[in-house]
Amino acid sequence: MSHKIVSKSKLSENVFTAEIEASLIAQAGKPGQFVVISINSEYSERIPLTIADADPEKGTIRLIWQRVGKTTAELADMKAGEKIANVVGPLGKPTHLKNFGTVVCVGGGIGNAPLLPIAKALKKAGNKIISILGARSKDLLILEDEFTPISNELIVTTDDGSYGRKALVTEPLKELCQRDQKPDQAFVIGPAIMMKYCCEVTKQFNVPTQVSLNTIMVDATGMCGGCRVEIEGKPKFVCVDGPEFDGHKVNFDLMMKRLDAYKDQEKKAYEQYKKHRCKIGLA
Amino acid sequence: MTEKERQQLLKKQKTGELKPADRYKIPPQDMPEQDPVERTSNVNEVATGYTETHARLEAMRCLQCKNAPCIEGCPVQIRIQDFIAAIADGDFKKALVIIRENSLLPAVCGRVCPQEVQCQQKCTVGLKFKDVGKAVSIGRLERFAADIDQNEGGAPAVAPETGIKVAIIGSGPGGIVAAADTRKAGHDVTIFEAFHKPGGVMVYGIPEFRLPKAIVQKEIDVLTKMGVKIVCNFIVGRTRTIEQLMKEDGFEAVYIGVGAGLPRFMGIEGESLVGVYSANEYLTRANLMKAYDFGKGADTPIALSKKVAVIGGGNVTMDSARTALRLGAEKVYLVYRRTEKEMPARIEEVHHAKEEGIEFHILQSPKRIIGDQNSHVTAIECLKYRLGELDESGRCRPIPIEGSEFQLDVDTVIIAIGNIANPLIRQTTPGLQFNKWGNIIVDENCKTSLQGVYAGGDIVLGAATVILAMGQGRIAAAAINKYLEKKPKSHKKPG
Ligand SMILES: Cc1cc2nc3c(=O)[nH]c(=O)nc-3n(C[C@H](O)[C@H](O)[C@H](O)COP(=O)(O)OP(=O)(O)OC[C@H]3O[C@@H](n4cnc5c(N)ncnc54)[C@H](O)[C@@H]3O)c2cc1C
Ligand SMILES: Cc1cc2nc3c(=O)[nH]c(=O)nc-3n(C[C@H](O)[C@H](O)[C@H](O)COP(=O)(O)OP(=O)(O)OC[C@H]3O[C@@H](n4cnc5c(N)ncnc54)[C@H](O)[C@@H]3O)c2cc1C
Ligand code: SF4
Ligand code: SF4
Ligand code: FES
Repeated sequence: MSHKIVSKSKLSENVFTAEIEASLIAQAGKPGQFVVISINSEYSERIPLTIADADPEKGTIRLIWQRVGKTTAELADMKAGEKIANVVGPLGKPTHLKNFGTVVCVGGGIGNAPLLPIAKALKKAGNKIISILGARSKDLLILEDEFTPISNELIVTTDDGSYGRKALVTEPLKELCQRDQKPDQAFVIGPAIMMKYCCEVTKQFNVPTQVSLNTIMVDATGMCGGCRVEIEGKPKFVCVDGPEFDGHKVNFDLMMKRLDAYKDQEKKAYEQYKKHRCKIGLA
Repeated sequence: MTEKERQQLLKKQKTGELKPADRYKIPPQDMPEQDPVERTSNVNEVATGYTETHARLEAMRCLQCKNAPCIEGCPVQIRIQDFIAAIADGDFKKALVIIRENSLLPAVCGRVCPQEVQCQQKCTVGLKFKDVGKAVSIGRLERFAADIDQNEGGAPAVAPETGIKVAIIGSGPGGIVAAADTRKAGHDVTIFEAFHKPGGVMVYGIPEFRLPKAIVQKEIDVLTKMGVKIVCNFIVGRTRTIEQLMKEDGFEAVYIGVGAGLPRFMGIEGESLVGVYSANEYLTRANLMKAYDFGKGADTPIALSKKVAVIGGGNVTMDSARTALRLGAEKVYLVYRRTEKEMPARIEEVHHAKEEGIEFHILQSPKRIIGDQNSHVTAIECLKYRLGELDESGRCRPIPIEGSEFQLDVDTVIIAIGNIANPLIRQTTPGLQFNKWGNIIVDENCKTSLQGVYAGGDIVLGAATVILAMGQGRIAAAAINKYLEKKPKSHKKPG
């Protein structure tokens, strides 16, 4: 059973989006859940990607991914009409949705993609949404258009000041927490280092904070334990106990080290792939 | 043994003159194996199998006991003395037909059954020599008969279509047998498998060098030929729940064979460091994801280890240790807190592991795992143990010796101390009953607390074996077929 790419486009230099046929997942998926895909069954790696949106009627799900290594690059090179061999899901626990009051949604880089369906659902649940979207520079910012209609307030930051406010997301986050009416809840999704610093801010102000963790996974069914993180010193499996956790309890430093476990090997594989692309004239 | 002696034996076998005394004199036939040094640099099967000569000689060692005590030791009661007689007579096809009456996966069981505690433990020949190692090699003969059948011997016959839908969850050995047996009765059978490839532990856990994946694939192909549908990438409980399958999708009976599949960790300091793996993760990366070909096609990486410690003493431990060697480790330590005598691993696997140079550290267990500033493993701190009284598992309890701490420098640690039940089915199936370990409770027909829902294999038994899972798949399928026969006719739609 393979899955056709119905449409595909580029959101920024390194971020892509596609609609993929997966009718059962489109029906069952809930905000906060993800899929695992592999491009072919023999040799491809299994990688987790968030279900950014789903259309149960059309039977499609939407994925948004950043090109960081071989598999995401291969995916970026695929065209509409081509097929992905394996898509499995929906995985992980759905977001716990309720009316918290005012929720601040902080997205960093590609984190805006997994944040979007959660923010939409929180809005639907009656929350007032303040969104903070961060990127390194203007051309790396994604999904601003889609956050605008659901946000009561939208703050954009860039590291280099090429767009919005020149700041890291932690700055406006801190200011929000200092307001008389501080947010009732925060959702933070982005690179581990960004989630770590955001959590340090919200902890200071006692704002409960959910983060969604993006550890390395293999099976994503709880069988291998490769995705484990330390939550209050205890091992938890991100694929079945998460991906969302109380950010104030996560050992981010260890998680970052585990994310880098295969860095050198992956880099080589990506270089090899880039060379191969040149040879076959894709680049 | 000279050719002349061999011919004489065969002649006597043919005329029925072979006496027990002659049989006792035939030496146990070893199975040819790859050289221990050579084989650690490839992933090919270690034991290369009997030749016809070996097989017939080994088969002639069988005394053809009237009461065949060996059968009692086989969980699926293969007619052992009969299939062995057929091999001794040179009628290998007949041997396989007899085996297939009771076992669907002879090529698998012949390789991975713990024969020394099952059929071969009861063998009269072994008892006579007071050495289970000298029993008739039933498993090897079973493997021989299965392997020689190269002409793909067609699929079993299927009864006329009943149009009744049966769902099999999980494609391990239990699921495969349950699917085949319910399909034989003419039902419309679908297997749902979470992974992208069917086969369960036989494809992601047990390594290629012990059980070639092509063999498992051949068995899966038989199912497809019979008309069983196999849907991969489908996680029951997530993609659809059991309730949805039964209430909305029209499945009238379900077999749950999802395996154990949640790795146990030790709960010691440093277990989340980079370089610490569960055996499940290590073996899945190596087998299913083919990490041994990383950079040569395969995209899934695995640690490039120099010194590896594998913790535990079971088959999974041996498999992990021997896999680490094949992935290029220079030194592999096997750390076990009891002694070799208590190891649950098969004798043959222990023997192979030692032959390949795995260093056994018995009566030791890690107390913590030590890492560097990058959170990479650098060593384990172990405690020494001694054996105490028998415990409830019937083995001597290991007791730590205070102050005996010492360090072992390693860069990779593989924890292979077993699995517990995966809670996904429990969390998503209201009304299904579980015991306190999270295993599904079933009756003698493998029926669960829910109507039409049956279960077997590791999710019921805890850690079991391939043949036990198959046995339960068979019992459950028989019960399902009976249950569906009795179900009111109105439920049956013509196929
Ligand atoms: C639950 C979950 C949801 C996710 N959702 C999305 C999503 O919607 N969009 C998206 O772009 N990505 C998402 N990710 C991350 C994505 O899975 C990885 O980027 C991907 O696996 C990288 O594969 P690769 O082969 O291209 O790169 P690799 O070669 O595997 O890695 C390249 C580099 O990226 C880093 N890296 C590896 N794995 C991850 C990871 N899991 N997260 C961050 N960096 C990593 C490594 O340090 C490495 O240096 C998600 C991860 C999880 C666990
Ligand atoms: C490394 C290793 C070595 C072993 N060596 C031996 C040996 O030498 N001899 C021996 O007899 N036994 C051995 N065993 C044990 C033996 O493999 C198991 O007892 C046996 O495979 C259990 O079979 P099962 O039918 O319960 O299913 P399993 O083989 O456990 O397969 C279960 C299947 O269900 C799938 N699944 C799980 N959850 C879901 C879900 N929710 N939806 C859909 N699918 C799902 C899984 O992906 C898996 O494919 C070994 C085990 C391991 C791990
Ligand atoms: S199935 Fe296993 S226990 Fe039964 S005869 Fe074969 S090897 Fe022995
Ligand atoms: S017990 Fe041993 S000798 Fe007797 S029938 Fe069985 S295999 Fe043959
Ligand atoms: S990815 Fe294997 S347990 Fe989570």
